[in-house]
Amino acid sequence: MWPLKWKQREQRYRQERADFFAAVKRLDRRAFLKVASMAAAVTTAKTVLPPHSFQLIDVVRASEDEKPLFQFAYISDTHLYERRLNERFVKAAMRAVEDVNALDPQPDFVLFGGDLAQLGQPQELELGKQILSELKAPVKMMVGEHDWFLDMGEKWQELFGPPNYSFDHKGVHFIVLMSVNEKDFWTARNMTPMERMKTVAGLDNPIQSRFEVGPEGRQWLKRDLAGVSKETPIIVFSHSPLYKYYRPWNFWTEDAEAVQEILFPYRSVTVIHGHTHQLLTNRIRNIHFHGMLSTAWPWPYAPEGLPKLTVQMDRADPFDEADGTGDGTVDVYKSGYVDKHYNLWSRNPITVAKAYLESWGKEARPPAPQFPSY
Amino acid sequence: MRIRYVKLIMIGVLAISWCGLWSLSSNGAAPGSWMNVILADITPLAAAQQRPPSQHPQPNSENGHLVVQLCDGRTQMEIADVREGEVLPPEKARLVARRMMARYEQQAKQASKWTRRDRLIWKREQQRLVEEGRRLFHDWKAIGGTIGISCDMCHPDAANTHPETYPKFQTQLKRVAALRDMINWCIENPVKGKPLALDDPRMLALEAYITYQRRGVPLDPGKH
Repeated sequence: MWPLKWKQREQRYRQERADFFAAVKRLDRRAFLKVASMAAAVTTAKTVLPPHSFQLIDVVRASEDEKPLFQFAYISDTHLYERRLNERFVKAAMRAVEDVNALDPQPDFVLFGGDLAQLGQPQELELGKQILSELKAPVKMMVGEHDWFLDMGEKWQELFGPPNYSFDHKGVHFIVLMSVNEKDFWTARNMTPMERMKTVAGLDNPIQSRFEVGPEGRQWLKRDLAGVSKETPIIVFSHSPLYKYYRPWNFWTEDAEAVQEILFPYRSVTVIHGHTHQLLTNRIRNIHFHGMLSTAWPWPYAPEGLPKLTVQMDRADPFDEADGTGDGTVDVYKSGYVDKHYNLWSRNPITVAKAYLESWGKEARPPAPQFPSY
Repeated sequence: MRIRYVKLIMIGVLAISWCGLWSLSSNGAAPGSWMNVILADITPLAAAQQRPPSQHPQPNSENGHLVVQLCDGRTQMEIADVREGEVLPPEKARLVARRMMARYEQQAKQASKWTRRDRLIWKREQQRLVEEGRRLFHDWKAIGGTIGISCDMCHPDAANTHPETYPKFQTQLKRVAALRDMINWCIENPVKGKPLALDDPRMLALEAYITYQRRGVPLDPGKH
């Protein structure tokens, strides 16, 4: 005979479980939150921690605090070749476009994070523009080194305009910053434009220079920020991470300190960057940094220099070509800081919450990897 | 008396010429480049003039037997059945020279069987293969790729290849696989090429580059 308190707990669990599955059957959008709370009750009654994938629970908790001002989506590092050479990357880019188009409600805009093309060729860039033109939401373009070093940005600028620009959206000042300039390493070596492009395209090619915003870019940034109040939240889009992570792979901005110095006086600054093809998180004083996923392939974490706040994603499964790739969304809050959602195509999505960086990693820690890099 | 001296000198000349040959073959220099070897062996004229002329003192004979010495001034041999001052018959002289040279070589090689030249060859040949592997790793056409994907695109500096963990079970292959099986898997799948023969020189070069990049990491077969 079970003791009475066990029997009661068991009965309560069975009742809750039955209600939960009944509710799932007639689930519509209004029932969503109700079922979410039931799921929480069921799992806590069994004293089982909900798996991270159970996003319902996170949604409920978040809604109690504050709501994001708006959301934007991102697609990054598509590395397109011409379709007849490589269809895989084209399909991946189209998948990302479908993902973003399926978001309901639609994001306010879509950030494209750079490296649209693999070798900066006009056909590649035009193909990319054609694919991105399918997006329902407006697109904000950013340039990457793979788009730039064949013709030093000529075709890209013809298609998408200047690489440095800014705009204001719902009280947030957005800056798109060209951060993949390199000091001339090609003239002395007598390189053809394609040789220069391929040198820059090789991540582990030591011949090339390091990325930098450069003196002109920093001047432009200062001029742009001159009229912006120090209280205005700022979000910077940059292809290279605006800090120093790993020099040999150009996970690096040579003049990062000088750029950060310009951004330190502002109350809240968020940098969203491409190039690293991985889940990447950092904070330096008031600046929060978030990486973006590539749609083409993931990159391993560098052997050293990984920011302490980064919780790695699992090493990619080589047998699954979509693993470690994806796209994502960014929820912007009133303070200007963001929840960064990584929509990993072959895994559960991961959110790096605003609270995680605001608490210097003490709260809302993302799930730890089972197979970190080594 | 005159003939005896002539014979002794002959032995000396023979020994000296052998010494010279041996030092040529053992000196560290570019493999296959005899010119370098010879040049390295030529002592600058000025230095040679400053050096005192080499001495060849007559070896002492305690038992009254003939003692013969090599030009290194150390390697000696006492000829038990020949008295000091007697003439060696030509055949015996040749036998003595051969034995003394054998002893000389034995002594020279005792510290190490291998010379600096050997070590240079090992290093250079290994690096040549590693460099060839590095080239193949960054060139999709060279490994028969068809869609513009090269190894380095996912594995900069051969990162995330973990050669020290093979052989290990690969769920998707349903068996324990070696590094070369995974190299071929990558060539067939993401790179969209044809697998290399396991003794293809390119396979050896790729293995050389990948393992060299992880040198110093402890072996850990089976790790995932």
